[in-house]
Amino acid sequence: MDEIKRNQAYNRYVKAKIPKTHAWPSLFNSFWVGGVICCLGQGINDLILLWFPNMAEQNAWAYTLIVLIFLASFLTGIGIYDKIGKFAGGGSIVPITGFSNSITSPAIEFKHEGIIYGIFVKMFSIAGPVIVTGVISSFIVGIIYLFI
Amino acid sequence: MKKNQTVKFKNKPRIIGSYSIVGPKEGKGNFASYFNYVMKDDSFGEDSYEKAEKKMFEHAIVGAIEDAKIKPADVNILLAGDLLNQIISSSYSARNFNFAYLGLFGACSTMAESLAVGASLIDGGQFDTIVCATGSHFSTAERQFRFPLELGNQRPPTSQWTVTGAGACVLSNKGKGPRITMATFGKVIDWGIKDVNDMGAAMAPAAMDTMLTHFCDTKTTPDDYDLIVTGDLGKLGSEILIDLMEDNGIKLGLNYNDCGQMYFTRNQGMLSGGSGCGCSATVLNSYLINKLRKGELKRVLFMPTGALMSTTATQQGESIPGICHAIVIECDEEDAGKMYEKVSTSKTFKTKNVNMKKEK
Repeated sequence: MDEIKRNQAYNRYVKAKIPKTHAWPSLFNSFWVGGVICCLGQGINDLILLWFPNMAEQNAWAYTLIVLIFLASFLTGIGIYDKIGKFAGGGSIVPITGFSNSITSPAIEFKHEGIIYGIFVKMFSIAGPVIVTGVISSFIVGIIYLFI
Repeated sequence: MKKNQTVKFKNKPRIIGSYSIVGPKEGKGNFASYFNYVMKDDSFGEDSYEKAEKKMFEHAIVGAIEDAKIKPADVNILLAGDLLNQIISSSYSARNFNFAYLGLFGACSTMAESLAVGASLIDGGQFDTIVCATGSHFSTAERQFRFPLELGNQRPPTSQWTVTGAGACVLSNKGKGPRITMATFGKVIDWGIKDVNDMGAAMAPAAMDTMLTHFCDTKTTPDDYDLIVTGDLGKLGSEILIDLMEDNGIKLGLNYNDCGQMYFTRNQGMLSGGSGCGCSATVLNSYLINKLRKGELKRVLFMPTGALMSTTATQQGESIPGICHAIVIECDEEDAGKMYEKVSTSKTFKTKNVNMKKEK
């Protein structure tokens, strides 16, 4: 029992000792980088609609996403996206570009283990949970939708 | 303390050769001028970081043997360990050498563990010459314990940077060099820290336990040492250790410091400091050995700490056990300063973090 008490006391002490991250500056950085990424997406969307006036709006969205995913993946490959991430935190993780980064980075990392056991197996090690959560929640929402 | 954890060596094995090799980032840190070799890039000309770590390891072993001015055939046994699963860097490098091999795992405390075991073997008269080696690589450790390198995530302020580097030293019962006089083998201590980004806090109680045991067993105080240096508690961990020791009535003064905390300069943005096997190993085999050989440090208590965690165990909700082994290295008055002028710089530390005790 003494041990549990000692451990709890120690954990409390360490918690108090840990340097605090300042929320406001990091929130500000996330906000504006996230905002810039969203504006970029809107810009790409507008350009597509401008260049291909006959395209359905829904298709233009799809192409916008493809362009953003490619850009993030490319920036990950040349080692820039992780620097943006270090600076912006949630701002570059939450948009679809962050998702792209989380798939590309393990693919790069594990390429030495071979194409199947390395890239294919590990590719979704970080993004996998997001996909599973997405599928499960859409299933639940679908069920609720059925009854209302 | 009924059973003694401390060994006092009668024959006092000597460290007759040492070698340190580090990555480019480490080569720009506070100990830059003391390292034997700084790699130009992290991959060291290999196609994977695991292979680079292995090559670094071999490099360190060969370098230490050359530095000791002995032939590889004179070496009886290699004691080595590293951070990777199944300690592959040590074992895979050992296959290239024609001596017996004992793989050790003490996480980041491996340097002291191998020296303590090696010194005991020599003191007992079992072997004449032993090579102790350990190393770590930032990229292999990141991949094993954390996230892919290119993932754009943020690191908490308590996180530490695994040092890319390897260090090796040759222990022998003859020759010249600083002597290992005592070793305290540590216990595994776990005070329930679960945060894998806060290794310093997880290992500090182990460091405290070993330090108290050492002072108790040897009847020494912190003032008996020119330098007391822990391995990789980092900034936060060493502050915690100072507090813990103070609770036990021992005040650690300016002669206490931490390799991880000293390792990088402030501008390098390394948050809480360096960590990994390579951290204490490269500091010992560059800066400390150099100062001990010159006689600028007379008596050093070297006590690297290790977090004996695995990702599987922490994901299953286990807390992180820590360990710490201590060894005392003393400069040999007779031959100090007369030999080994291999690094002839007198670089002074600029950061406030570094509080080396000035020689009287």
